[in-house]
Amino acid sequence: MDNNNILRQVNALLDQVTDPEIPVLTIRDLGIVRDVQLDQDGRVEVSITPTYTGCPAMDVIAFDIRLKLAEAGCKDVQIKQVLQPSWTTDWMSESGKEKLKAYGIAPPEKKSSSRIGRMLFEEDAVSACPRCGSSDTVLLSNFGSTACKALYQCQQCKEPFDHFKCH
Amino acid sequence: MSASIQIENKITVTSDYLLHLADTALILGQRQAEWCGHGPVLEQDIAITNITLDLIGQARLWYQYAADKLSNEGKSVTEDDLAFLRDERSFKNFLITELPKGDWARTILRQFFFSAYQFLLLEKLIQSDDERVVAIAEKTMKEVRYHVKWSSEWVIRLGDGTEESRMRILKAMEELWMYTGEFFEADPIDYLDVSVLRSAWLEHVQTVLQEATLPMPADVFQQTGGKCGIHTEHLGYILAEMQHLQRVHPGAQW
Repeated sequence: MDNNNILRQVNALLDQVTDPEIPVLTIRDLGIVRDVQLDQDGRVEVSITPTYTGCPAMDVIAFDIRLKLAEAGCKDVQIKQVLQPSWTTDWMSESGKEKLKAYGIAPPEKKSSSRIGRMLFEEDAVSACPRCGSSDTVLLSNFGSTACKALYQCQQCKEPFDHFKCH
Repeated sequence: MSASIQIENKITVTSDYLLHLADTALILGQRQAEWCGHGPVLEQDIAITNITLDLIGQARLWYQYAADKLSNEGKSVTEDDLAFLRDERSFKNFLITELPKGDWARTILRQFFFSAYQFLLLEKLIQSDDERVVAIAEKTMKEVRYHVKWSSEWVIRLGDGTEESRMRILKAMEELWMYTGEFFEADPIDYLDVSVLRSAWLEHVQTVLQEATLPMPADVFQQTGGKCGIHTEHLGYILAEMQHLQRVHPGAQW
């Protein structure tokens, strides 16, 4: 099999690896996969980037990638962690954002400001409630069930929901 | 001295300075993690433990860099060795991070003082000419922005809240202020002139305290020593708890 063919197959397999905490999203949707290369000895090298530095899902994701590739017979895999350019929610695909919404998580919107002290009590702009569509929502906590989410509540249907933070 | 340790002069970052950054994040993370399951309300329990997770993540990135540097110098170590097998006197964290967590007001105020400092420090570190320092600083700065926002808002809530919350945060202020001077004290391991961060830090602290209707603390004696390994009696207990497993079962994995 030539190298391009191998890379194509590896990429197709990576498309099937999902995020352990948000299983409707693939790691490709999230923008975690940065690069796939074959080194001189034909070994596969996958570069991934963390969403948050302390995200416990990273180790699981690395394990899942190895597992998925091993199942297809590709056992010699190197997984490299890259930090730059650092991940932002802009790396998330549009289809990923749609999938999030359908799953009940409000997708990230605009980027927030980076100035210190300029953002006290300021909330991220949240799109409509992922359940009823109302835009009458309030922030319950800036920190949610995982590092990448904040907790909101819809004032219309009263359902609490997660918002994938702009980051 | 300060002039000779500025980033502009292309000083190489040392493993000692990386350890200072890593230890500070690790010890504060370990301390704040004591709130896990004990937060005043569920949302804030989750908030403080999320911050903890970020701090542990940061500590890992700095330890990994320090370990690579030390290994290149012929001292083969891993990030785990650095976190779990060093003694009290080798730890270079700021003293404020090792103090007992106290009540919620003290926890908030410590996080606020530290996060405001850390944000300003990272703003300097992203200008470094060391690519790996820049990559880690850029990555962590985004998270620290949330820590600053969250803790600043809580200082305001507590200061301008009830009589009880105000009394508690004033008490915390009295206990913690003497440990903030260390942020800006020059030390031979420094990678940059930290004294330049002081005015921006004071400005942010003052803005938030004003909003919280709290007075700026008066100048008092400042306790220092953390960066060169002279710690309070509290660090030993944290290390005993944190390192005990690796000390009893060397190399244990799970």
